[in-house]
Amino acid sequence: MSATTPLTTAASAMPPSAQPRTERSMARRERWRLLRRRPGFIAGSVVLLFWVVCAVGGERVSPHGPLQTGFPSSQAPSGSHLFGTDQLGRDVLSRVMAGARDVLLVSPFAALLSVIIGTLLGLIGGYIRGIADEVVSRVMEAVLAIPVILMGLLVFSTFGTSKTVKILTIAFLFTPIVFRTVRSVTLAEAELDYVTSARLRGEGPLYIMTREIVPNITGPIVVELTVRVGYAIFTLATLVFVVGGGRPEEPEWGNMVSQTYGLIQGGTWWPAIFPALAIASLVIAVNLIADSVESVYAS
Amino acid sequence: MSETLAPTRTAALKVDDLRVAYLVRGIAREVLRGVSFEVAPGEAYGLVGESGCGKSTTAYAALRYLPSNGRITGGHVLVAGADVTGMDDAALRRYRARDASMVYQDPGAALNPVLRIGPQVIECFTLLGQSKDEAKQHAIEGLRRVRIADPVRVMQRYPHQLSGGMQQRVVIAMALASDPTLLVLDEPTTGLDATVEAEVLDLVRALRSDTDAAILLIAHNLGVIRTMCDRVGVMYAGKVVEEGPAQQVFDDPQHPYTVGLLSCLPRHGIQKGERLLTTIPGTLPQIGTPLPTCVFVDRCPLVTEICRAEVAPVVEVGPRRWTRCHHADRIGEILAADDTQGVEAATSHRVVFEMRDVSKTFRQHRHDIPALVGVDIGLEEGETLGLVGESGSGKSTLAKAMLGIHAPDEGGELQIDGKVVEGKTGDRTSDERRAVQMVFQNPDSALNRNWTVRRILKRAVVKLTGVKGRAADERVEKLAESLRLSPRHLDLKPRQLSGGLKQRVAIARAFAGDPRIVVCDEPTSALDVSVQAAILNVLAELQAGEKTSYLFISHDLGVVRYLADRIAVMYLGRIMEIGRTDEIFDGPHHPYTEALLSAVPTVDGEPATRISLAGEIPSPANPPSGCVFHTRCHRFMAGTCDVIEPPVVELSIGHRIRCHLPVDQLARSAGVD
Repeated sequence: MSATTPLTTAASAMPPSAQPRTERSMARRERWRLLRRRPGFIAGSVVLLFWVVCAVGGERVSPHGPLQTGFPSSQAPSGSHLFGTDQLGRDVLSRVMAGARDVLLVSPFAALLSVIIGTLLGLIGGYIRGIADEVVSRVMEAVLAIPVILMGLLVFSTFGTSKTVKILTIAFLFTPIVFRTVRSVTLAEAELDYVTSARLRGEGPLYIMTREIVPNITGPIVVELTVRVGYAIFTLATLVFVVGGGRPEEPEWGNMVSQTYGLIQGGTWWPAIFPALAIASLVIAVNLIADSVESVYAS
Repeated sequence: MSETLAPTRTAALKVDDLRVAYLVRGIAREVLRGVSFEVAPGEAYGLVGESGCGKSTTAYAALRYLPSNGRITGGHVLVAGADVTGMDDAALRRYRARDASMVYQDPGAALNPVLRIGPQVIECFTLLGQSKDEAKQHAIEGLRRVRIADPVRVMQRYPHQLSGGMQQRVVIAMALASDPTLLVLDEPTTGLDATVEAEVLDLVRALRSDTDAAILLIAHNLGVIRTMCDRVGVMYAGKVVEEGPAQQVFDDPQHPYTVGLLSCLPRHGIQKGERLLTTIPGTLPQIGTPLPTCVFVDRCPLVTEICRAEVAPVVEVGPRRWTRCHHADRIGEILAADDTQGVEAATSHRVVFEMRDVSKTFRQHRHDIPALVGVDIGLEEGETLGLVGESGSGKSTLAKAMLGIHAPDEGGELQIDGKVVEGKTGDRTSDERRAVQMVFQNPDSALNRNWTVRRILKRAVVKLTGVKGRAADERVEKLAESLRLSPRHLDLKPRQLSGGLKQRVAIARAFAGDPRIVVCDEPTSALDVSVQAAILNVLAELQAGEKTSYLFISHDLGVVRYLADRIAVMYLGRIMEIGRTDEIFDGPHHPYTEALLSAVPTVDGEPATRISLAGEIPSPANPPSGCVFHTRCHRFMAGTCDVIEPPVVELSIGHRIRCHLPVDQLARSAGVD
């Protein structure tokens, strides 16, 4: 057994990478099969799909334009306006449907960004340890301590309320939470002997973190991602509700609720309640999916 | 002991044709296929067999503690005449509270960590309906009964403040609280050091004389079973295949499986040079596999057509002794056919690795903790150095210093092939890294569970040898072949492999870059004996072929004796004795070595004298003065040992010892065969 053994045995015909790939895809297919059997996942997906259709279809699927005025104002839900009309004579259903676009753009990206940054920092904190961990951990704790609303007020009034600003703000707020999750699973993983073995053959920290450890913690990371999307929807709506998001006529769910919730007392409940229900339905749908994903990864 | 009493009284435990199945993915799979045995009051009955053969399932079924997917599908368990299998919930609760007790493997997990010992023990008595004061009195008596000298103080402590041996005593005291009819001990000493194990076993043995409980003991360590049990049942694939008095079964096995199991063990002091260990070919059948005639049929060396055609008969082979075999008269043929030869020694007396005055001090909470103190060892080419000592003696720290996982303190020196190397693996050259590799204790932790075997091996080959592409693939295949892994295994992930195969992968990885030295840290302690034998054989053969040196850490002295050419005995970070294997076993011994050797129960019977070590291993942060071993030494000489640090004495060439006793007063062979 020497490193420079001449070619004595005929090389195996099978390319070495072919088999692992099928194995991995088999595992993926198995997880997918388990997911489809969960009623929570199906229900969540149907609701989510509805909102995706609304977001992508825009005016092609909604009965009217979101900004279109001229209908009789403050009409209760009826056959011609399923969700009624608001105080400015706009169709509430069309506005709610249009509102999906903003949420579905901002929250997944915000969640994804926070998971990417949080994972990188978590790996450093959990694997490199020492001073780097101390510094990152303290900074993350400081970020966690910032009240969400205050942060939103500050950022939105300084940098405006473009989608990019919203994405960055929410990602910033969520990064410490992802960091803590990833750091703790990395800590446990780094204790295992395969990591020692990698060090003994001279692997660098980057290789060990990305190739050895990450494949073993994808479960918690994927779960964190789906959970974060749910929270991002809620946080976005909260920020927009409190701080205001862009121009008042924009069909944004948080905006719509904040402009019309005062009318509920006068009996005009539909312009505020329907966007609120929209937020709730999407958050619940995403959480149902997240729960299913979590239990499939756990099994 | 109680053999004469047994037949005249009702059996304390009677297991009658017990059948248990586990529901796996909706299908009931049979794990117990009609288990029957009886245990008389006051008798100790041992169940032996490899993992997966149904020992624990039998024990749990006796208490009706089966996991939620387990079902008793047939048969009965009678405890003092009452049928446990038919009890309703209330009766079952009463039965578990009053008639049966269980002692588990890990005493740390059996005790509640947030409660003091006192309330936990007292509770056992109040549950029996005693008043608070009465229960407290009984608790104190109970703890005293398990040889706890100061029960009142121990009751104030939390579980983590007690040593493992002490915790297990408390658990045993709690188990005995109800004065049970049946006491089940499930691997009661497995997690404990040999010296502590000896203590706990002594205690259980002593308790047997003043309790009438029937003891059902489960242990994978056959030596423990032999010293503790009157009778044993050998289980295989959910059936008892042989039963009889412990001594007779172990000395003169009458079932092919028992013969195989016993010959897997390195016994009677054999060494790798004499012969390879016997292994049992094949693997344990999957649970639920139909085995209508004889359960051992697929692995039996004596198998004939009748074994597949007819149910194996129960053959009486002596008083209260039987075996379940068609060929009970041909058992002798199995061992006669065994003529494997040993491996040839590969040492060349060239020193490949040397440690000179190496110390390692950890700093914890501003205290210095010396984990290694002035260690000098050398390792010759192709040699195995065994490393023994209780846990906490510094064995792993020594190994880690060698590997470069911990850099040693200033002043020490590590040499590979005569060249001084850096302390940290990251600072060493790739050739130096390649020279020292490791086989870990637990392959589940040592192999990346998301990688295929091929990827694990290939990465090691590429990284250690620098060979790439096609050549690397070929080397991977050769490595796998030399460890007897089939090409099919290469594309599986670790969880799809059995424990033995996983350990082979780990060994293959360690050998990927033709290492000069391989550190083996308890490489077989997580494995069954038949798998252990195969792994030890592989290690011996690889060494003979490659001239690799091993640093072999193990708590199993039989295994160390089989594989090691020399042995170092460690205590509190110091090497107390080092010498050739025969010198260590035959003596003259260091008193600590003497105690270690005498603590081990073996399948071949007990050591003639037992030297029990008093107390626990002291904290390395605050080592005793003079000789560090003096606080526990049975040969302690006041005024010398506690004042002066003993010099290293060379008894014969290479046999060094750290002790004040004159050579002629050191003990010779402690009687371990």
